[in-house]
Amino acid sequence: MMDQPSSLELVTAVREFIEKHAMPELQGRTAFHARVAANALAVVARELEQGPKANAEEYAHLKALLGQDGTLDELNRELCHRIRTNGVALDDPALANHLARTTLAKVAIDQPNYSGFQHSPHRPTK
Amino acid sequence: MSQPDFAPALERAITRAMAGITAITDLKRLSGGASQETWSFDGTGANGSTPLILRRAPYGKPVQRSATAVPLATEAKVIRLAEKAGVPVPPVLYVLQDTDDLGPGYIMGRVEGETIARKILRDAEFADARPKLARQCGRILAKIHGLDKTQVSDLTVVPPRAQFDQYRTIYDTYDYPHPVFEVAFKWLEQRLPETSELTLVHGDFRHGNLMIGPDGVRAVLDWELTHIGDPAEDLGWICVNSWRFGETHKVVGGFGDVVDLLAGYAEAGGRNMTAERVKFWEMFGTLKWGIMCMTMYQAFAGGTDRSVERAAIGRRSSETEIDLVNLLFPKVQP
Repeated sequence: MMDQPSSLELVTAVREFIEKHAMPELQGRTAFHARVAANALAVVARELEQGPKANAEEYAHLKALLGQDGTLDELNRELCHRIRTNGVALDDPALANHLARTTLAKVAIDQPNYSGFQHSPHRPTK
Repeated sequence: MSQPDFAPALERAITRAMAGITAITDLKRLSGGASQETWSFDGTGANGSTPLILRRAPYGKPVQRSATAVPLATEAKVIRLAEKAGVPVPPVLYVLQDTDDLGPGYIMGRVEGETIARKILRDAEFADARPKLARQCGRILAKIHGLDKTQVSDLTVVPPRAQFDQYRTIYDTYDYPHPVFEVAFKWLEQRLPETSELTLVHGDFRHGNLMIGPDGVRAVLDWELTHIGDPAEDLGWICVNSWRFGETHKVVGGFGDVVDLLAGYAEAGGRNMTAERVKFWEMFGTLKWGIMCMTMYQAFAGGTDRSVERAAIGRRSSETEIDLVNLLFPKVQP
């Protein structure tokens, strides 16, 4: 077991350092890249928090959808293969459901402010 | 700030080429991609100051531009052709010659206006322009598509099927599974248009490449991706949600509706355009942008550009995945 701080706390500390202390000292391209760097660390932080649950759900859905087992990578490759070779119907509600849920979970980590995520009809209503 | 080393050569070229200009001032870099540099400067003389732009190859060296980019001299030729047809463009004033020692490129007039989408879509000074932009874009595109493509000999012909194959190959090369992209490929393949008529298309008609003022579109910029293709490609590209910059309910560039885009297109002589054709290219454009994000990440992974920007953009391909999901499955499954 690693000592404190957690990796989430470390990543957050670095992001806060960039935003509060480094960025005000920077200009031009370097300031822009610092902003991108801070955003990248925010992605990592969200992935540390949400990633395990998102991956577990994606994995469970893939196994059910495909009726077989494998790693997450293998199952995604199998799904791609089936879509490409007409092994799954594009209008299969189970496919739409899986893709919508999985993609929402990905974007919630990558870019939760993105308009396509915010306004997606597939988002659960609160 | 010291002058770039090519400033004397630029001054020699411009004073020779343009009557009334005897010197250049305020030379500064505006932007730079892998395939071109853009510089802003003023030409000065007895009649005052002329605002100008230099577009040239990076470091003045002819480079292998991306497979889809046209040579700078061709770009200049297409812009001049577009200008004659009434397309708002920056006037091309001089195409660089070998003897100028500046590399390939051209000099054009500097059009004042705004290219930053968030300002165009939100600032009060553009409030009157916004409702007119979709129709205006339609008219401009009809004029571009009406250009005589035989006037420019070295444009690449990219029919829908060829472009589809091109992106399929790029995506396959990265060997990383994106089930949503697979469904989009399938959807597109089933609807590939049997286009009878291919026209000259701009190839990158979207925010960033449109110089806009309170009076509307003042200039269409960045013609480096121009080619011969399905004209609906340009109309679909500006509808891609990434170019709506948060104004997701205004399908055309975050400022307008497809009906207005189509109305403007028909008004200016554009033929046989339908919402369905535009939707096909919106889907294709969304997929293309997703694959482009993967490509930019590859520049990081492969070591050619180790910037944090190139690394991080790989995580924006999921933005296009949710857009594709919303387009592919507009209704929520029970």
